[in-house]
Amino acid sequence: MMHGMMSVEQPAVTIDGVSHNYGARRALQDVSFSIAPATFAVLLGLNGAGKSTLFSLIMRLYAVQRGRIQVFGHDIGRASSEALRMIGVVFQPRTLDLDLSVTQNLIYHAALHGIGKHESRTRAHDVLARVALANRADDKVRNLSGGQMRRIEIARALLHRPRLLVLDEPTVGLDIKSRADILGYVRQLVTEDGVSVFWATHLIDEVSDEDEVIMLHEGRVLAHGSASRMVEAAGVKNIRAAFTRLTQAADAASEVR
Amino acid sequence: MTTDVASSSRLTGFSPIQYAICLKGIVWREGLRFLHQRERFVAALVRPLVWLFIFAVGFRQVLGVSIIPPYETYILYEVYVAPGLMLLIQLFNGMQSSLSMVYDREMGNMRTLLVSPLPRWFLLTSKLVAGMAVSLPQVYTFLAIAWFWEIEAPPLGYIAVLPALVLSGLMLGSLGMLMSSVSKQLENFAGAMNFVIFPMFFASSALYPLWRVREGSPLLYYVCELNPFTHAVELVRFALYGQINWVSLAVVGGSTTLFMAGAILAYDPARGFLARRGEPGGVT
Repeated sequence: MMHGMMSVEQPAVTIDGVSHNYGARRALQDVSFSIAPATFAVLLGLNGAGKSTLFSLIMRLYAVQRGRIQVFGHDIGRASSEALRMIGVVFQPRTLDLDLSVTQNLIYHAALHGIGKHESRTRAHDVLARVALANRADDKVRNLSGGQMRRIEIARALLHRPRLLVLDEPTVGLDIKSRADILGYVRQLVTEDGVSVFWATHLIDEVSDEDEVIMLHEGRVLAHGSASRMVEAAGVKNIRAAFTRLTQAADAASEVR
Repeated sequence: MTTDVASSSRLTGFSPIQYAICLKGIVWREGLRFLHQRERFVAALVRPLVWLFIFAVGFRQVLGVSIIPPYETYILYEVYVAPGLMLLIQLFNGMQSSLSMVYDREMGNMRTLLVSPLPRWFLLTSKLVAGMAVSLPQVYTFLAIAWFWEIEAPPLGYIAVLPALVLSGLMLGSLGMLMSSVSKQLENFAGAMNFVIFPMFFASSALYPLWRVREGSPLLYYVCELNPFTHAVELVRFALYGQINWVSLAVVGGSTTLFMAGAILAYDPARGFLARRGEPGGVT
């Protein structure tokens, strides 16, 4: 989609010195990193590490308290419309209307982006084909399986042709086959369409060697880089061992303090 | 593509047509959801009809209604109470569509709405318009049934009442939206019933004329006078007879503006409930 302009291109996401508190509780502390365009980046962290908070900040559900967040160079606070137009999002809880048909759900979403009915029907067909659900277009969402609903949500997130897709634990609660399918579809978006993906998970087996990994632990970034280099640096066998070692070291350090 | 965006400008780069598409989409979805929730429609009708067929009939003998504007003759109690019951429908509808946004089940839908790149005030206003729009067929169905019960307004009144209903529907919807943002206790419907719906409904001119209330308790009379719901009822009551109650129009208009501004402010990411509410998304 966007090839041929890499040289001038801004990072897909820039997080710069972001901290966030819920009252007295600190959810994020001085988080900084950026993601290059057309990469599959994994935000890896346990439950409660601050992943969902970071997502809510990127999607401007919360205002940034400290620091700065940019999406392709657009500040999420000052130029939120420009930024939000570039993002497709899949939230962790399901957000489809169960009583409406797949197509109706998609048309509604397209309308939220100012895309008219005629155009959105064409686009709906395309995005459904991407997640291999074109044959379910007229079904009620209620009659789909959990994995299929997730695929619909991914299709929906692609309707307005975003350059960045953010997904918050999209495979939680799904069986192995559905998980693999979804991961496959999303990886394809990166390689074939040059979409940037920001994928939050606590499921370490979803990380592959060439992925960009941001390890988040108790609101701090523990490590950032390609998975294979992270494994190398930690001197361990795989990313799971690297994650365990780094988080344990961080826990030990915070106990000393 | 990588235009140098003068990012401080408030321009969103959307055309009026796209705004219209967005508004239409939000209303369309609300309508579809309403059509799918037949129980909600039935419940919305049964509630005022129970009042009309049972309560009003029983009450007729107890409460004589003298001639007060806009009525020009003696009227039956059922006739008096009809506008209040129309507003009862809108009150429940407003609370339901606004409060349901924050119930866990619907929380996700609020999020999908708010991540649209169109300005947030526009999204929230559209949501209010949508909620108000689905209240209209409910009210008119009630009016149709009431007509068979010989509660008849002048024919033109049925048209004249429409703008009044639009305004009162917006007022009650925005009140619900504002409430949903400020109070945690009201996030379940029982709480809303006890603390908002019942007091608003009973301390108003919906069930009894205010001069009657004054005879009973001057204090309550003033409470009723200050209750915006009273003015919504009176606005609709007068409109149904082709008249405009200017005081009520001013109060309802003012309240709508106030509640709407409050709700939009409350849903501002920097100030609003989304931030104060704490953790995102229940699970985790």
